[in-house]
Amino acid sequence: MIEQHGDFSNAVLVGLQPRGTLLLDRLVQLLIMSGIKNLKTGKLDTTFFRDDFRRSERPLKAKATVMNQSVEGKDVVLIDDVLFTGRSIRSALTAIDTYGRPKSIELLVLVDRRFSRHLPIQPDYLGAQIDALQGDKVKVVWSKRDSENRVYLEKHVE
Amino acid sequence: MKTLSVSHLLGIKYLCEEDLHLIFETAKHFKEVINRPIKKVPSLRDITIANLFFENSTRTKLSFELAEKRLSADVLNFSANQSSVNKGETLVDTVNNILAMKVDMVVIRHPHPGAAHFLSKKVDSCIINAGDGTHEHPSQALLDAFSLKEKFGELGGKRIAIVGDILHSRVALSNIYALKMLGAEVSVCAPKSLLPKHIDSLGVEISTDFAKTLKWCDAVNMLRVQNERMDLNYFPSTREYSQNFGLTFERLKSLKKEIVILHPGPINRGVEISSEVADSDQAIILNQVENGVAIRMAIIYLLASKLNIPIA
Repeated sequence: MIEQHGDFSNAVLVGLQPRGTLLLDRLVQLLIMSGIKNLKTGKLDTTFFRDDFRRSERPLKAKATVMNQSVEGKDVVLIDDVLFTGRSIRSALTAIDTYGRPKSIELLVLVDRRFSRHLPIQPDYLGAQIDALQGDKVKVVWSKRDSENRVYLEKHVE
Repeated sequence: MKTLSVSHLLGIKYLCEEDLHLIFETAKHFKEVINRPIKKVPSLRDITIANLFFENSTRTKLSFELAEKRLSADVLNFSANQSSVNKGETLVDTVNNILAMKVDMVVIRHPHPGAAHFLSKKVDSCIINAGDGTHEHPSQALLDAFSLKEKFGELGGKRIAIVGDILHSRVALSNIYALKMLGAEVSVCAPKSLLPKHIDSLGVEISTDFAKTLKWCDAVNMLRVQNERMDLNYFPSTREYSQNFGLTFERLKSLKKEIVILHPGPINRGVEISSEVADSDQAIILNQVENGVAIRMAIIYLLASKLNIPIA
């Protein structure tokens, strides 16, 4: 990402609610440690842009969106913890448009669950790829101490 | 996540406190949405909503229409004075004809108390009450409470006065229900002739002394004198009413404390509120209007999520 964005002067890093924002916070720490200054960030909730309104069993609950700048002409990096079906990212692509027309949009995820995509969406930056079955759960757990951060793969039990 | 405990919005009376908090939380998110460069979300693009206004309205009608459009719903507008109602059609027939055009939700304003409730029993659709005569105006009460919450944080223990034509006001009744549910202390203040019988049964303070009420309260909701609903003279003259119950700058200054001033509109400048007060920093009248769109988006969104209609 640093190779691609240089000093990040035209970049806006956008964490997706709820869990992508935790990864965003960690990334910002790391980038600041690498000497990057004046990072532009935002937190985006995509609930109202999802395609499963009235379709999901439990109602969708919105979280706060904090976008203090336009993304017009900017290079946006969407950030989420786990890429699964790709539907959250699809709704994020629609939602980010309400803040202007970005020059480009990229996707960064910590974990990519291969073979489970419903849509033609792939990450540009990737932590790890995991092969998991449909019913399995991938959980990212953040702790105050880096050494305690974990990614769990919970196998589906029949 | 919780859902609303109701599938229509007929009045605050039928809601519970959790409903109110859910609506407020959702409205907070929609308020952020309507401040974006593009103020629209696609949630309700497969939903059609009819706005049936059997009584005049500017603010409420525009606010509902905008809320529906911001949610991407298709919108039908109907005003009684340009319709077949004048040819003798009944309310149920009118609404069923509109529903036959594949409408999913109905927003209704009607001069008769109970019209929305009646309709919810007679037709198969989701009904939102946008004011039924002198009975309830739930979306107004929700936006008033939301605007007060923005100012005060929580409403528990806050003292809110409702002043003016309580007798003919649906805003007053809905406000009393909502504010009490949120833990506020409520006082109604008006000339005796404009206080309904048995209002004490709602657990509110009753006052005919405006100066005393102003000293007591943290916020005041100034209601309009509804001349169009008055079948006889309730006070000797507008001038006398204004002198006793009009909120003037002098009255406000004499309080030596800041109170929040609400008004549901339309304002009769110089009658219940002076121009200086209406345009002052303490008045949150235009915040109420902005919040109205967000609140109505929340109401419609939450009710639409409970619609029992086939998808795709």
